[in-house]
Amino acid sequence: MAYKDEQLIEEKVFKDPVHRYIHVRDRVIWDLIATPEFQRLRRIKQLGTTNLTFHGAEHSRFNHSLGVYEIVRRITTNFADRERWDREQRLLCLCAALLHDLGHGPFSHSFEKVFKLDHEQFTQQIILGSTKVNEILKKVSADFPVKVADVIAKTYSDKLVVSLISSQIDADRMDYLQRDAYFTGVSYGHFDMERILRVMRPMDDQVVIKSTGMHAVEDYIMSRYQMYWQVYFHPVTRSAEVILSKIFQRAKVLYEDESYQFQLEPTHFISFFEEKVQLSDYLKLDDMIVYYYFQQWQEEKDAILADLSYRFINRHLFKYVEYNPDPQINAGMELYQLFKKAGIDPDYYLVVDSSSDLPYDFYRPGEEEERLPIHLLMPDGGLKELSRHSDIVEAISGKKRTDHKLYFPKDSIQRIEDTDLKKRILDILYGKE
Amino acid sequence: MLDNHAKLLYFFSEARQVTGRKKLQKMIYILQQSRVPFEEKYQFHFYGPYSEELTLRVEELCNLHFLKEEKEEKSNYHQYHYSITEDGETFLKQFEVNMPDIKNQINLLQECSARFLELVSTMLYFSYLSKEEIIDKVHTVKSKLKYTDEEMTEAFRFMDELRNKSSH
Repeated sequence: MAYKDEQLIEEKVFKDPVHRYIHVRDRVIWDLIATPEFQRLRRIKQLGTTNLTFHGAEHSRFNHSLGVYEIVRRITTNFADRERWDREQRLLCLCAALLHDLGHGPFSHSFEKVFKLDHEQFTQQIILGSTKVNEILKKVSADFPVKVADVIAKTYSDKLVVSLISSQIDADRMDYLQRDAYFTGVSYGHFDMERILRVMRPMDDQVVIKSTGMHAVEDYIMSRYQMYWQVYFHPVTRSAEVILSKIFQRAKVLYEDESYQFQLEPTHFISFFEEKVQLSDYLKLDDMIVYYYFQQWQEEKDAILADLSYRFINRHLFKYVEYNPDPQINAGMELYQLFKKAGIDPDYYLVVDSSSDLPYDFYRPGEEEERLPIHLLMPDGGLKELSRHSDIVEAISGKKRTDHKLYFPKDSIQRIEDTDLKKRILDILYGKE
Repeated sequence: MLDNHAKLLYFFSEARQVTGRKKLQKMIYILQQSRVPFEEKYQFHFYGPYSEELTLRVEELCNLHFLKEEKEEKSNYHQYHYSITEDGETFLKQFEVNMPDIKNQINLLQECSARFLELVSTMLYFSYLSKEEIIDKVHTVKSKLKYTDEEMTEAFRFMDELRNKSSH
């Protein structure tokens, strides 16, 4: 039997708190899960710093990847007898679902921003490069790794396959909304996935939703909306993200300063500082390694690196106030100067964070051909864009969503000895001028 | 602070008005590929390279009243027009944004159709491939748009012209 068709003698199951069971029968999937590159995902938290706000959010990218695989497995099973579904694409869909987040690193968001990296490129490199994952995919067929990489990069010729993994209503989103809701413990994020899976229909270029299932999709969109505000954009999580970015930024500056001697050489980060990252360097990083350095850097001679590391490790985060750059731009500039005067380096301790600087998820219908919206399959066989048919979706699509916050270390400000300077800073921050 | 917002405002200040969200997406991507330091992350979507970050930042600039968005009703869809406001210009003046002169490139892009910019941005997305492979890839991922050989040739010529403009 060809490797691509090999089935395990007995179906394997993973217990899962979101989908109850994750079922594996294909030998290829079982072998992929066992690779070092996939096992590495156990050591990378799905939500980065969110556990500092919601202590339950300790789940990993491994959990999520298996969840996405399971949803796609159920969808392809449902599609098996549908006319427009090509059953030959099944294994490709399952592999792409399982591997779609393979290139994520620790605290991806901050890390990628500071070092100007892109986890999607690492996903491609892992699938196409000299790795165990690539060895397994090549056993299916010589061109199979490229196909899997293309589906994940959304450049595969069959757009229907792509849309299962990546669209406005895809397996990726359906898993992480439910999983993140479960592990954070919030009561938002729940929707009737079983119903959505039952009303999904394969069309030429995308999965569409039978119009009778519109209310289940509304619930899904509402859950995205709630999770966006309640979890993903939580200001305390953003405070931790700000500090994390500043630690990486400071460590890089110190590395570039030849006169500075680290007490603990930043071996794992050198290729990132020098912008010469190889895949092997990248794969060595995980949450544990990053935490080890932060733990050690609390003892560094450099006061800024030591302080920021202490803050992150001990959850001694920055405080924040609302900040509107339009009327408050001058206040922001004055604060910058006052911080300098007080000996608090504003490049590390005065940070405006905008909501778009964080991961987010929100349904935005656009104009024609801007991006692919969710389409409802109407009884007459025609398609209709969701927000044009659903009052609920239309109502939340156009709402103001801007959120800028100014982050700063209030405890350091409280310790400023010059009372006039301290008062001026606090007056600006808390609007008492 | 707000560097990326300021860079976009600089673009709108130079462009005066941009019509169409798709066109805006492709213009910023093409400029980014011409080494203009926009930092919005792009991924390949149904209609070519697309940045959700850019969409969100433009929304934020509108909410701050730095940008004006006008919605025009078309027969079966909406079209959006963007222009910088006086508040936006004032903000930009206070903010020392470090950007190269991109006036010529913007003028060149403004004259192109959204369809053509979609082709150019898709080609740039696959610029790591050979010329023949790029053409094959465009036919694969954009089969429905049926780009002609003339359009492909024109797109390659356009990319060269853009490169020349950015190096001067």
